[in-house]
Amino acid sequence: MAGAALPGRLSWRLSSVVGLRDETPRVRTILLDVPDWPGHLAGQHVDVRLTAEDGYQTERSYSIASAPHQPQVELTGERLDDGEVSPYLTDELREGDLLELRGPIGGYFVWSPGGTAAHSGPPTDGGAPLMLVAGGSGVVPLMAMLRERAATGSRVPARLLCSAQTLDDVIYRDELRRLADAGDGFQLVLALTRTRPPGWRGYDRRIDAAMLSETVWPAAARPAAFVCGPTPLVESVAAALVELGHEPGRVKTERFGPTGGR
Amino acid sequence: MGFVSRGFRGRRSHADRDRLPPGQYATDDFPVLSAGPTPHTSPDVWTFGLSGEVSEPRSWTWTEFRALPSERFTTDIHCVTKWSKLDTVWEGVSVDTLLDGVETEASYVLAFSDGDYTTNLPLADVTDGQAWVVFAYDDQPLEPEHGGPARLLVPHLYFWKSAKWVRGLELRSDDEPGFWETYGYHNYGDPWREQRYQGD
Amino acid sequence: MTAEPARSGAPMDERELRLDGNALAGELQSMLGVDLTAAQGRCAGCGRVAELAAQLLYRYPHAPGAALRCGACGNLLLVVVEHPRGVRLAMPGLSWISASVG
Repeated sequence: MAGAALPGRLSWRLSSVVGLRDETPRVRTILLDVPDWPGHLAGQHVDVRLTAEDGYQTERSYSIASAPHQPQVELTGERLDDGEVSPYLTDELREGDLLELRGPIGGYFVWSPGGTAAHSGPPTDGGAPLMLVAGGSGVVPLMAMLRERAATGSRVPARLLCSAQTLDDVIYRDELRRLADAGDGFQLVLALTRTRPPGWRGYDRRIDAAMLSETVWPAAARPAAFVCGPTPLVESVAAALVELGHEPGRVKTERFGPTGGR
Repeated sequence: MGFVSRGFRGRRSHADRDRLPPGQYATDDFPVLSAGPTPHTSPDVWTFGLSGEVSEPRSWTWTEFRALPSERFTTDIHCVTKWSKLDTVWEGVSVDTLLDGVETEASYVLAFSDGDYTTNLPLADVTDGQAWVVFAYDDQPLEPEHGGPARLLVPHLYFWKSAKWVRGLELRSDDEPGFWETYGYHNYGDPWREQRYQGD
Repeated sequence: MTAEPARSGAPMDERELRLDGNALAGELQSMLGVDLTAAQGRCAGCGRVAELAAQLLYRYPHAPGAALRCGACGNLLLVVVEHPRGVRLAMPGLSWISASVG
């Protein structure tokens, strides 16, 4: 959507909660109707601001989970045990409530099927292979990218390596499986770090350099890489990809802080 | 009254309003805030120095510093970002003790810390029992993320003046703005007059 | 009271807490009307050129301001302080910023 890419003064606006969807025991998606929403690019985020009755305010950023074509803006939040804002989004918010936000924000950690300037590799049907690496709720902005890819019928090869503690903690698990089964060039690789279902033959440890070397396209393919999740994971994955020969400029990162969400 | 998020309380605790400076909220947490990586300075190399316009510069090793008389005390702290923490317990060496016997005509100090942090104060605000170099919080050795091994503590001003990882005081006759003072915060920082930003 | 200062173990140091320039984009765009974080900047300390979004950000929900540091050398690139009357943006450690237009 061209409107999302245009710069302009950001201002706070009130959105309406029109739906809620539980994704996992700790994660919930909020569907928002945002008046005059200019559209957005996959990977962008919004800033959310909460105000208490006595005027106390606090802000956090949330990645947009929905693809640009979707009618509502979707945010997916994970309940952090120590969180001040996250329990409000995952437990308290109800349909009909208003949520103050500003956005869309971010021109760096974005992807569109036609390819952005930093991500035009050898011609492969319009764009470089898309390599997505996520830890926990880092999958949220990457899901927007995959939804956009599917909605536009893009055949750009894409792969998501996603780590979570258990299969039940993989956010958007069913939708990811459906996308992977669609046979349009998207592959899903999961790494379950805490417990696995019986018969699990996938990865059973945290993402490391060996796993990346087995999962990621070779550097010569010049994939467009996006890495998102807890800060330590993002930093170690990005460093490992550069060690494997990927250009630093083609490994884009978004750190979420100490745990998977914000 | 502007927009209010239904059902949002935030993480505040109750406190007597007259113990809170204007615009502050009480918290039971102790937020970790910094402008850079946490320094980790081992006691073997730690020193604290008095320099600048003093009759003679002074320096203490960790062992020498910990041999000085210290006091355990309870005070309230107020951060410019609106959180206050009441009845916090510290142990440290009074700056008066560190300055004991020092002759100076300086009117200001610049506190400097590991990690290139600085903050400026009038000398009159770190003397007469108003400031300490503290090494323990809540009866435990001060953690690095809260400024350990030692930080400056000046409770009557906003908490950014209580420089974490403090390594010394430079006494000066001119007032040199420190880190946050340069980047937009008030030069003095009295919470009771809500002196948060330059121009307040 | 023991004489030794506590030594920090591995967990919960700033390497877990830090973010990157992506988290500064909203503040900068609301101030300048343009997203600076997609622009490239040269560190005045070590000379490395990278997008501001990819640099290390020290910013906490109740911190006085946000400090952006070079991912290679730790040099302080940029400090943002929001106050009731506006925003102050300091760029003590950037030699230049470059953005493509259009």
